[in-house]
Amino acid sequence: MSAAATWTEERRSVLRDATGVGIAVGAYGIGFGALSVASGLSFAQTMALSLLMFTGASQFALVGVIAAGGGSIAAGLTALLLGVRNSLYGLRIAPVLQVTGVKRAFAAQLTIDETTAMALARDEDAFEGRSARLAFWATGLSVYVFWNLATLIGALGAGALGDPRAFGLDAVIPAAFLALLWPRLKGRDPWAIAIISAVVALALTPFLRPGLPVLAAALVAVIAGLRAGPALAPISSAPRDAETGAREEDGAAPGGGPA
Amino acid sequence: MWPVVLVSSLGCFLLKLTGHSVPQRVLDNPKVRHIAALLPVSLLAALVAVQTFASGQSLVLDARVAGVAAGAVALILRAPFLVVVIVAGVVAAGLRYWGLAA
Repeated sequence: MSAAATWTEERRSVLRDATGVGIAVGAYGIGFGALSVASGLSFAQTMALSLLMFTGASQFALVGVIAAGGGSIAAGLTALLLGVRNSLYGLRIAPVLQVTGVKRAFAAQLTIDETTAMALARDEDAFEGRSARLAFWATGLSVYVFWNLATLIGALGAGALGDPRAFGLDAVIPAAFLALLWPRLKGRDPWAIAIISAVVALALTPFLRPGLPVLAAALVAVIAGLRAGPALAPISSAPRDAETGAREEDGAAPGGGPA
Repeated sequence: MWPVVLVSSLGCFLLKLTGHSVPQRVLDNPKVRHIAALLPVSLLAALVAVQTFASGQSLVLDARVAGVAAGAVALILRAPFLVVVIVAGVVAAGLRYWGLAA
């Protein structure tokens, strides 16, 4: 990443990081595949989610809400709300990539936490932008391949298990959400918002159909976001990731799975 | 289940594509940025709470609480994702196996 590095060195470093992130994300993919099948989705539906939706937190949410008896509409809406941040990633990354047409559609599909973080971790002007662009595409390809392979392994493995509850799978689902949330809890504001959202969702649980309390808790984020003036420092919800060395930027969380 | 799988997958793709397609100034607003950054925090925290304590429309304390607490300890100890979820599952399953929790 230093100015003295040659393109060959830079390229090797980008590709190595991309492979590392892909393998790290695979762990989440195994978890997703297993949970999805254990939650009652078919093998084909599980694979369709990883191939088509390809944004981890939304996939976990869809499966989790269905497992809790939340119904299709609440499950789909929760997944979509969690996908909103990918719009901002696209907005941030579009000027770096400068692609149109079919290539833009592929770039959009690969626009997730990891690819955004890895591309922005590279100096945008280095090697006339080639470095940042390569980081995006290489990380995207790597994560896509490993995420889907891992989903396949997890989904096949879950089929071999018996009663999900006997294996504590109903505790695994919230633990998975906690692991996805964890890297975003940096600073006082995210903690406060997390706690208020949890309390709101629990308080509404007795009064609303399963799935709806979580959607209602999203209003906490909307209200907090509207109240925050431009003077407030941008919320940086991503940690510096020791494994990938990616810088924290624009809320992309390289360590949080394709969240 | 197929309609929700396919429709929400398409929706998630369109959300990604929107960012690549709209003029910068449309979404480049501090309030929009704050909301987009906070939504995952809010939703994931609510999901953790509900999936730990809710059973249908009632709130219960069962083996899940101990499992999630064990998962939290694993996170504090910087354990990787798979370790966190396995610890949570093993603790909940163990408590049930020995009849210590529902």
